[in-house]
Amino acid sequence: MTLAGWIFLLASNLFVIGLLAFCFYKCFSSAQSADSIHSPLDIDTRDEEK
Amino acid sequence: MERWKSRIGVILAVAGSAVGVGNFLRFPGQVVANGGGSFMIPYFAALLLLGLPLCWAEWIMGRSGGEHNFHSCPAIMYKLGKSNLWKYIGAIGVLIPMAIMMYYIVIETWCLVYAVKYLFGQIDLGSSPEQYMINSKNLFATIAGTTNDGFHTEGKINITFALLIVIFSINFYLVYNGLTRGIEKFCTYAMPLMGLCAIIVLFRILTLGTPDPNIPEQNVINGLGYMWNPKPLDNDSPWWTALLNPQVWMSAAGQIFFTLSVGLGVIINYASYLSNKDDVVLSGLTATATNEFFEVCLGGLITVTAAFIFLGASGSQGGVFSLGFHTLPVVFMHMPAGSFFGFIWFFMLFLAAITSSISMLQPSIAFLEETANIKRKGSISILGIICGLGSLFVIYFSKDLKALDTLDFWAGTTAIYLLAMSQIILFGWVYGVDRGLEEAKHGALINLPSWFGFVIKYVSSLYLLTVFVLWAYNNLPGYITTLLKGGVPLFSVCILAGLYLFIVTLINNGQKYWSEKTSNPEDYNI
Repeated sequence: MTLAGWIFLLASNLFVIGLLAFCFYKCFSSAQSADSIHSPLDIDTRDEEK
Repeated sequence: MERWKSRIGVILAVAGSAVGVGNFLRFPGQVVANGGGSFMIPYFAALLLLGLPLCWAEWIMGRSGGEHNFHSCPAIMYKLGKSNLWKYIGAIGVLIPMAIMMYYIVIETWCLVYAVKYLFGQIDLGSSPEQYMINSKNLFATIAGTTNDGFHTEGKINITFALLIVIFSINFYLVYNGLTRGIEKFCTYAMPLMGLCAIIVLFRILTLGTPDPNIPEQNVINGLGYMWNPKPLDNDSPWWTALLNPQVWMSAAGQIFFTLSVGLGVIINYASYLSNKDDVVLSGLTATATNEFFEVCLGGLITVTAAFIFLGASGSQGGVFSLGFHTLPVVFMHMPAGSFFGFIWFFMLFLAAITSSISMLQPSIAFLEETANIKRKGSISILGIICGLGSLFVIYFSKDLKALDTLDFWAGTTAIYLLAMSQIILFGWVYGVDRGLEEAKHGALINLPSWFGFVIKYVSSLYLLTVFVLWAYNNLPGYITTLLKGGVPLFSVCILAGLYLFIVTLINNGQKYWSEKTSNPEDYNI
């Protein structure tokens, strides 16, 4: 494997992993909780026939 | 009103839709064929200038439509574009997922057939390594029925057909359970499990070292090098000359375009179940980054590396089906504990496929609910009949995969280009970039980059148009010639035309229900 090959491999993978880490960090650290954006009462799944 | 339960849920659902077998099988083949590591320059350029802007535009338009209680592509595009033209263009956003579902579920079935066969030790490619590839091709021909048309029952239960029914039922059961209890809950478990399976296989590949001491050049490092070393398209030039070839840039744009599932009618539908207070900018970026992780960091390190280690350079090339269903079973034959890793690999491909296929159903269900004014059970029943008949058509006319290939070309490629270009025009020129930027700010956890408005309006549209024209110039004449000869390809296109007419008829009939849902009925020409 050439030096240029290592550079492309590492740069591409680090860029994607860095972007993913940034995104999930922002998702979980935001004031809006990542776990819940709606209270259960908001949810009407329309699953049941009337 | 139907809503997503959590932000992570919607992100994983969108990412699940985007991550498919192409991430693991198409992307590595594209890299090898288009300059190795240097392919990543046009690839990331296309991500920033085409994929991501289009993705954000779909998220913004989808949420905007959802605020007015619209969830189907025709209704949302009609609402935002305020012209009858947009509802007929938006009809493509229902046709695409419906048609893709018909053949994608067949590919999904192949993955599960391989996984089940590996689990029960039924993959036997013979005792002679020289015969492995021939036997592997024969095995795929038997599973997919590519030698002749028919259901291939031959007096006994055909495993492909039996598992197709099982997978079909699972898909519709998940969607029947609703957005949160079905799609969101399933993706919340399936996506991490898929990642775990991929990491297990990756760990095995990277620790193989030099499996055959008699062929020391076929080792892990050289396998990675075969994939990632930048190289020219011809052997005599420096590696950077690959970047001067327009075909390389077109291939990169095509790969980004299809891997992100933009222009399918899925993201716009999924985003419509968000409220005005929910973020779309970070969610869109996170779903995109998740898809890229599966493609670059997992797909980019596993497939070609594994093929090179055992089969050398000549065995490491090929398209999706060739690499996935001919080459990799041979690789697992050579690999220690190959049956176990073969099972993990094909089960992971099955998970990648099923998280995509369930996303193809929700846009059509939303459309049927909105235009036929029926509940979920009724819309699922109608969709089940349409997709079931379509899948039977694909699995019956399996010789040389002609039905699958034709549907993929016209619905899974051409129609996607057309819808994506329409969406860019709608967002950039009709709905308006300024309005879109304002809309994006609601609930945003990060700001849209300042270049987004300019890029989506001018660069993305021109980029996509150029790619489409070049692609059409290279591919359309061949497919039109095939079409004119009649037979299965012509029949397949007639099915698509019939489906489109069915969708348009429903739109014309059901538009009266749209006015009942909107808070501004005067927006509609009823």
